[in-house]
Amino acid sequence: MSAPIQLRPDETFLLNVGPQHPATHGVLRVKMQMDGEYIVKAETVLGYVHRMHEKMGENRTYAQYLPNLSRLDYLGALGYTHGHVLAIERAAGIEVPERAEYIRAITVELNRVASHLFWFGAFVMDLGGFSPLMYAIQDREHILDMLEAVTGARLTYCYYRFGGLYNDVDDDFIEAAKRFIPRMRKSLKKYDALVTGNIIFQKRLEDIAPVSAEMCRKYGATGPVARGSGINFDVRKNEPYSVYPEFDFEVPVYHECDSMARYKVRMDEMEQSLRIIEQGLEKLPGGPIMTEKKPKNIKLPVGDFYQAVETARGSFGIRIVSDGDKNAYRLKLRSPTYSNMHLFDEACEGMLIMDALAFMGSLDLVIPEMDR
Amino acid sequence: MSLTVLNVIAAVVIAIAFAAANAAYLVWAERRGAARIQRRPGPNINGPFGLLQPPIDGIKLMTKQLMIPGGADKILFMVAPVLAMAPAIMSFVTIPFSEGIVARNMDIGVLMIFAFASLGAMAILFAGWGSRNKYSVMASVRAVSQNVSYEIPMLITAITVIMVNGSMDLKAISLAQAGGFWHWNIFPSLQSPLMPVSFIIFFICSLAETNRAPFDLGEAESELVAGFHTEYGSMGFGLFFMGEYANIVIGASLTTLLFLGGWGCPFGLFPGVWWFLLKIYLLIATFIWIRWTFPRTTIYGLLNLSWKILIPISLFNLLLTAGLLKVF
Amino acid sequence: MGGYFSEIFYGSKSLLIGMGITFREFFKPTVTVQYPYQTLKMTARYRGHIELLADEEGNPKCVACGMCQRACPSGCISLDSVSVDVEVDGKAKKKKVLSKYDLDFTKCSLCGQCVESCNFGAIDFSKEYNLASTRKEDFHFNLLQRLKRSEEKNT
Repeated sequence: MSAPIQLRPDETFLLNVGPQHPATHGVLRVKMQMDGEYIVKAETVLGYVHRMHEKMGENRTYAQYLPNLSRLDYLGALGYTHGHVLAIERAAGIEVPERAEYIRAITVELNRVASHLFWFGAFVMDLGGFSPLMYAIQDREHILDMLEAVTGARLTYCYYRFGGLYNDVDDDFIEAAKRFIPRMRKSLKKYDALVTGNIIFQKRLEDIAPVSAEMCRKYGATGPVARGSGINFDVRKNEPYSVYPEFDFEVPVYHECDSMARYKVRMDEMEQSLRIIEQGLEKLPGGPIMTEKKPKNIKLPVGDFYQAVETARGSFGIRIVSDGDKNAYRLKLRSPTYSNMHLFDEACEGMLIMDALAFMGSLDLVIPEMDR
Repeated sequence: MSLTVLNVIAAVVIAIAFAAANAAYLVWAERRGAARIQRRPGPNINGPFGLLQPPIDGIKLMTKQLMIPGGADKILFMVAPVLAMAPAIMSFVTIPFSEGIVARNMDIGVLMIFAFASLGAMAILFAGWGSRNKYSVMASVRAVSQNVSYEIPMLITAITVIMVNGSMDLKAISLAQAGGFWHWNIFPSLQSPLMPVSFIIFFICSLAETNRAPFDLGEAESELVAGFHTEYGSMGFGLFFMGEYANIVIGASLTTLLFLGGWGCPFGLFPGVWWFLLKIYLLIATFIWIRWTFPRTTIYGLLNLSWKILIPISLFNLLLTAGLLKVF
Repeated sequence: MGGYFSEIFYGSKSLLIGMGITFREFFKPTVTVQYPYQTLKMTARYRGHIELLADEEGNPKCVACGMCQRACPSGCISLDSVSVDVEVDGKAKKKKVLSKYDLDFTKCSLCGQCVESCNFGAIDFSKEYNLASTRKEDFHFNLLQRLKRSEEKNT
């Protein structure tokens, strides 16, 4: 509720939120010009965890660049590595066995659920409720256990390879994933009753921080943020890649534009991801997981390549300019939170600091992904 | 003469010891309770069930250096924690734990407790202002406006009870409810049919008055870092913490005395201090349970709740009770 | 006015539902692992730092080709070899023997490219996860020495 009060830009003070602040979930700094509890003007300052991932892409071979991608977004790492391998495979003309693509889709969706679960917990914690975080982490732990048994890592996976996968999934994984789906559906019902239905929670989110579709387009916001503002755009549907056309799933879109809409989009997306996993496990074909005709040293033809994928946070794009060498001439990562976060400066003007920080939570920021 | 002095000293020592022990072990209970709600064991390393955790935490807090931030108002900064703790201890003096266990029973007991409770807002204001920290100032302004607006419905409901029982003496109010739970003030009577609503209002207000979640806007750790005690370390923080828990005990005691029959047994058997303690710890368990269930309200949501819902209802209740008292 | 009371009613109801959920959770068993007292078994594919593997005679399988060194994205492997005269079928031959295999674990990102690139199956992930130290030097592993030590322990 950004009350229609008359702000007084002449009587303000500067509030420095971050780089170390509990609400920024990392090292993001926001300079806020405040009039009492109202924000007159906010300016986000990035760059505290900049690690030059794009430059590293120019100095490393394509294969050596694989572990970097999982360091962007530590919550939904598989989606990012998926984008990278897809880009290289398409550019170099490498065929991927169908089984490998199915396993990729299943693991990416599992990772998306894990990421949304953690976001859900952290978001409710931003609003002051602590227990839902613990319940969410508990569910997420099942996913991490499954992924650890397959990939060997819990957070920063390096699982996909050009032309396939590092190793195959076993029956244990399939069993565990099949067991997980009904359990997760039960948990989602619990979250619905505990959090979504809660009057305090609703009061804090409904009609708070409206972000119009126009504004989303202006800043290039994608993912749940744009879908909460009524933009029906999901890379999985609009620019299909991998085996996603084979699956039957819906893209949740809400037109309320407020924080509640963004929250609901993510909660619904978890259900849709579960549907994809269910279908993927059913359809999972046999066969190899690695193409036989994989070149030893991958060199891309001269040219300009772009691949977008839908990660948990929105549309992630990787652009590779190749001069025919074994590493890229220029590599650009379009990370979704970078665009999503720039909404914040404009949208939070005239808002209470409380609502602004709840709004920031609803954007689902992962700072290392933004700073790259 | 000397006996009176000794009496006073003994009362103060017991009050302080009771407050401190409660603060220490309520933190333990809160941590264990929260952990169970979140399906973890909680502190369980030091001693059986982690029971040695509170003294260890106390030693840690006491041995830390008390830092005063540069540019802070030193006097206010030092006074605030004491001011948070002292009124809470003073309030214990007039709380009757049973018919015999009371340091000094006063015929204006309710008034005195409310008078001292309102000093808590001063402590928060001093702490926020003295810290020279923008987060602290914002938090203290929030907390004070919250305390002021929740005192009103709390007092109005307390007045309703006082009118029904015809006394401000906590002991007399409690004795008037003796002999079975059907005599308790929480249940509707002919004179005041809306008593259960009063109880709920009083309970919500005591949550807000003690700055407990979901009304912990003064701390609001996800927005204002740690609110008014951001800059406090060592025993400065420790005193705020103890003050908070002492206030919770007082809130629960007051609720028990006004609505739940004080030390009276629900079935009229063996009235005594154990019933009183059982009732206040059940109330405190509810406080803890609520804290770990709900998200925090907003500042306007909080004020709306007070001014648009609690105050009108409690005022209506007051008028209704006054009218019915005249009739019956 | 009706909206006012229905909001109070449904609001209170939602709060009670939430409290019911946390109340039920209170009586469920805990799910955490008490770490230093209890440990979990690492999964078969768990990636610890790499370890050299030995052949039947207890010597490293590694032929010092340097593929792992080149594959490593972070340059954390450094190895060296010496030429040793050996007799194969009665003829004197020169053979490369691994003389040094150092892993700088501070830089390693556990991507597994070294293990994948090895054509001789000479390196594998260890299952060690309990690595904590206050000094950086503790993470510069001399894998050749580690191998010798573990071989001695086995015999």
